[in-house]
Amino acid sequence: MTTYLFYFLAFVSIFCALMVIFAKNPVHSVLYLVLTFFAIAGQYVLLNAQFLAAVHIIVYAGAIMVLFLFVIMLLNLNKETEPHKNIWIKLAAVISGGALMVVLVATLKGSETIQAASQFRPNIGLVKNLGQVLFSQFLLPFELSSILFLAAMVGAVMLGKKEIN
Amino acid sequence: MSAIQIIPLNFYILLSAILFSIGVMGVLLRRNAIIIFMSIELMLNAVNLLLVSFSSYHSDGAGQVFVFFIMAVAAAEVSVGLAILVMIYRNTKTTDIDFLNKLKG
Repeated sequence: MTTYLFYFLAFVSIFCALMVIFAKNPVHSVLYLVLTFFAIAGQYVLLNAQFLAAVHIIVYAGAIMVLFLFVIMLLNLNKETEPHKNIWIKLAAVISGGALMVVLVATLKGSETIQAASQFRPNIGLVKNLGQVLFSQFLLPFELSSILFLAAMVGAVMLGKKEIN
Repeated sequence: MSAIQIIPLNFYILLSAILFSIGVMGVLLRRNAIIIFMSIELMLNAVNLLLVSFSSYHSDGAGQVFVFFIMAVAAAEVSVGLAILVMIYRNTKTTDIDFLNKLKG
């Protein structure tokens, strides 16, 4: 059952990721990317990372993709405004991306199968454990990320406001 | 029965590699700057999936905390990047990266 679920989620994520880069309409690309993120969240649940699955759906599918969709609708981009490339450049892009994939897969093919650690703990991804790690070992990066958010917010507001003549 | 005991780690590494390659392909293939941003998000998510799977297979919570930080940085990056793109669009009326080659050396 779990194996089939893994294959199904992997197929959905790969198919939707391909549709993201091949869809002509930018709005369709955004919607396929949301589907890809849901499939990846399913993989997180399979991997016993329930907290990250919830955060992933909230942050990516809920916040970032809505931002993308909002900007695409604000700029009124659609199929007609989409710039189209030379067919040879497209072919070169697909070939070089495929070559990278072949190299990665060939590198991983020779690696030995890794099984789960012997002292396997299934509750590692719950909020309690992650919170303990986050607020003990990683307290300084956590506080620094708040400063990063403040800087990003100020920067976005400054970039987005209209010029005063 | 969880996936960790049934599915070997190699499958997750393979899935991450495929998703990352699709992201690279999207950056090379598309001309629209917003779609290129979305392909970068795809690559970040491939790496996130890899970190979560390694963290789960080794029963170590630090990898999942790293994913949390990557999400935070990605959210900040997207907000600033989209603000820059909206400003560029206001001035030039396009998001075509072949037109936006002002920074080329």
